[in-house]
Amino acid sequence: MFFDPSVVDTAGFILRQLASGALLTLEITLLAQVVVVVMSFIIALMRLSPWRGLRWIATVYVEILRGISALVLLFYLFFILPLFGIRLSPMTTGVIGLGLTFSAYGSEIVRSALTNVNRGQRDALRALDFDPVTAFRRIILPQALPFMLPPMGNQLVELLKTTSLVSLISLSDLTFSGAQLITTLGQQTLIWCIVLVCYFIMAWPLTWLVRRYERHVTAWREGSSS
Amino acid sequence: MPDLAHSPPGAPPQILLKQVVKRFGKTQVIDHLDLSIPQGQKVALIGPSGSGKSTVLRLIKGLESYQQGSIEVAGSPVPGLRSGWRWPWSKKPPVVHRVGMVFQQFNLFPHLTVQENITEAPLRVLKLTQEEAEERAYEYLGLVGLVHKAAAYPGQLSGGQQQRVAIARALAMRPQVMLFDEVTSALDPELVGEVLAVIRSIAHAQRTTLLLVTHEMNFAEEIADRVLFMEAGKILADGSAQEILVDPDNERTRRFLNRVERR
Ligand SMILES: Nc1ncnc2c1ncn2[C@@H]1O[C@H](COP(=O)(O)OP(=O)(O)OP(=O)(O)O)[C@@H](O)[C@H]1O
Ligand SMILES: [Mg+2]
Repeated sequence: MFFDPSVVDTAGFILRQLASGALLTLEITLLAQVVVVVMSFIIALMRLSPWRGLRWIATVYVEILRGISALVLLFYLFFILPLFGIRLSPMTTGVIGLGLTFSAYGSEIVRSALTNVNRGQRDALRALDFDPVTAFRRIILPQALPFMLPPMGNQLVELLKTTSLVSLISLSDLTFSGAQLITTLGQQTLIWCIVLVCYFIMAWPLTWLVRRYERHVTAWREGSSS
Repeated sequence: MPDLAHSPPGAPPQILLKQVVKRFGKTQVIDHLDLSIPQGQKVALIGPSGSGKSTVLRLIKGLESYQQGSIEVAGSPVPGLRSGWRWPWSKKPPVVHRVGMVFQQFNLFPHLTVQENITEAPLRVLKLTQEEAEERAYEYLGLVGLVHKAAAYPGQLSGGQQQRVAIARALAMRPQVMLFDEVTSALDPELVGEVLAVIRSIAHAQRTTLLLVTHEMNFAEEIADRVLFMEAGKILADGSAQEILVDPDNERTRRFLNRVERR
């Protein structure tokens, strides 16, 4: 058997294509996650605020976004908004579309974590005359984070996998690169297998971190009662 | 009933409630309540479950909204809260810390050590330096006898110890008024004594005004200058410990006292 130099070339080509796709996938995931975190906190705080108007707006936001499929939202932002003269780049479309979709669930995670910090803590904070911002930063948030991070981490893994949808609005992410390679090289089975492994390699460390953190947190909580 | 509702001439009341009405939804839990407590007085508030004792304390601390009347602490109005539990609350906290409160369930911050529990508010609210705050923490930990637990987390303490930390935490803010809401009710019987001992020493040593809700009638009798008996959002009897607890002339008070176990 001889080593065909063209095989090496092809392998290098595949690798470069997939690597650049994976990079874009990570980039979109990261940017969308920023949108998710910011919007989740804003919406969660609105839902818990004493003002009925804010609560109402936040509830409508969550209900609507939960009812829309991520793909349809992406198509809407990409194909329909331009008809109204609003033209977003594919990248912006992907980040906003996925960010908004996932923030609907994210806000529920944040909200339930915040309400998990019991009323007694809030009474104590007010009895000591803390101002709301300090109270939130120093006492409420540190106690809510352990409830928040594991589901947020799981959601991030989900987000990473869902970014493959952006290949349908012409972004050359990992999935898109895979599809492109197949058009030029054939080798359908081989390439989809490589793509699959790539997603797994990106998601697995995250999953692992979440699991480790969960164990760490439950240990902490078992050690304290009140 | 002697007229203790009015403070002695010259001394403005430390706590003053006028015709206060508090409703939860449609249920009226405080019914046109008048109450005046002069500075330094030690007052015990007793009454059956659901009579509104906790609500009175929470109103004085500004933890609850109210629908009518006025509440003043040291001459400053206590505004009612728009909504008692939601996050984030809408009211700006008072600039001057006057009222400390200790709860039945301790409500310590579980993620902070005992020392941090006590220094947190002096640092962030009173803006003391780290050294000043720590000095205070050790002063009050000494008072409640828990200096050796400064580095422990609340979850590692017994209920009685947690409650003593909660008292130290409230005292470290140097309040003029201390409110105690059934602070021994969540404790195992053998831990009640240590907490009462701390309150006793505060009552004897400090000029702080005390208002405490308790089911410990003997304790109330021992430390209180004045006892209030509450039922259905009203104060039905108001007098010295002797008058209210030993030979009550109010029929309902008598019936209530017969029901509660005397320890
Ligand atoms: N957050 C609330 N929402 C609705 N009703 C409430 C709330 N808090 C208290 N109540 C009602 O107000 C009334 C007075 O309650 P409060 O807690 O002041 O009584 P209490 O005298 O402290 O009773 P206990 O001895 O059981 O502690 C009760 O009927 C109670 O059900
Ligand atoms: Mg009560």
